[in-house]
Amino acid sequence: MTSITIPISEETIRSLKVGDAVSITGTLFTGRDAVHKFLHDGGKLPPGVSFQDGIIYHCGPVVIKDEQGRWKVTAAGPTTSIREEPYQGAIIGEFGLRGVIGKGGMGDKTLAACQEHGCVYFHAVGGAAQVLAESIKAVRNVYFLREFGSPEAIWELEIENFPAVVTMDAHGNSLHKEIFAASQAALAKHL
Amino acid sequence: MQNLHASLLELIRRTSAEIPDDVQKAILDSLEREKKGTIAESALKIIERNIDLAKQKSQPICQDTGSIIFYVDCPVGFDQITFEETARGAVREATKKGFLRQNSVDSLTGLNDGTNVGPGSPTVHFHQHRSAELNVRLILKGGGCENVGAQYSLPNEKLKADRDLKGCRKVILDAVLQAQGKGCGPGILGVCIGGDRATGYEFSKQQFLRMLEDRNPNLELDQLEQDILQTANELGIGPMGFGGKTTLLGVKICAANRLPASFFVSVSYMCWAYRRQGVSLKPDGVIARWLY
Repeated sequence: MTSITIPISEETIRSLKVGDAVSITGTLFTGRDAVHKFLHDGGKLPPGVSFQDGIIYHCGPVVIKDEQGRWKVTAAGPTTSIREEPYQGAIIGEFGLRGVIGKGGMGDKTLAACQEHGCVYFHAVGGAAQVLAESIKAVRNVYFLREFGSPEAIWELEIENFPAVVTMDAHGNSLHKEIFAASQAALAKHL
Repeated sequence: MQNLHASLLELIRRTSAEIPDDVQKAILDSLEREKKGTIAESALKIIERNIDLAKQKSQPICQDTGSIIFYVDCPVGFDQITFEETARGAVREATKKGFLRQNSVDSLTGLNDGTNVGPGSPTVHFHQHRSAELNVRLILKGGGCENVGAQYSLPNEKLKADRDLKGCRKVILDAVLQAQGKGCGPGILGVCIGGDRATGYEFSKQQFLRMLEDRNPNLELDQLEQDILQTANELGIGPMGFGGKTTLLGVKICAANRLPASFFVSVSYMCWAYRRQGVSLKPDGVIARWLY
């Protein structure tokens, strides 16, 4: 298990390989469909938000306000990443992301951007909303809550020992491509 | 209708936070089968821990609490309008309490009013029967697995799938291949052979009401179910698409009549976070027993 702390250096990211299990600590931002389309269309990040050397988490958490009026994340697993494929590569380049956390993997454009800019795709276990919410220690802020709604907003979260696996690295390797090709070949034998 | 409201709220809470026993057993069995020290095994261990945590904390197993689909078996003369109003009220309260995520978006404006109540949400399917029993089943189906559902029209030249069971087998396995880990596998397939575009998907989803370990009374469909399950688990897709032995936990197939011109095979995929529960209610709306 490799420990990763945000902000992440390019050197650290390029040292990671497909199959590496990691444990991530630091502050990250959630962002999914609405955020990706917005940024890709030329939208600006709110003041105080920077993705430079950071991680975006494809996640629409369940967040409720406790009795003291503080935000509390009660469920926070990853959402399917492939929907962001049209936008992700450009956003990695433009905003200096070092990591994307999601599930299901992404395509060739994102893989190429990871290689070019020094970024990796971390796969979290889909559906494991409680285990992953335990790694979220605090909600620091929320942006675009009214415009995009709670699941689609940018949540600034402090995470500690968040478990994930590198499934796309900065060297052009993708576990998802490998498994697809192998399973397609296996299926051909059964038809 | 205060009792009905409370019972439906409890049904929603339990469906969101507790995986049914038959599914939990299948997940634990698959954990035994995976090779030790693989990322497939560690994914299943996280899943196992997640199931325990959600139950213990009474919080959603998965943050995507999904489409809210009620299936109601009711006596003749049952007041469906009041039921639906009560169900909507229970959904609103369950959302406030965090059993459900604010998960329903106006498709035209993009606005999410945070209630989970709107056109098509929740969905209630009523079915009258000649019995005094009132049974309410609930499925919460997340978007990740819904997005990998697929509907094929046979013949399909690209897949060399003709209008027969062999052709059905080919397209169902293609759906498994295309889904990879995107639907949060290991998954469960609900399939309908036949029907029209709407009923095909509808009946495929109803297959998720079956117990995982049951067997199809139709021998041909039973064989197809077992064959797809075994073959899918030899493809090496594995939990989350990480590679491994468990790609599917179950396959459930039904058949519906079709038009001579149409031959649809509709495949719905359910993630491992298989949220399905049900209650039998007394006439006063109090829960008499749980159905799963």
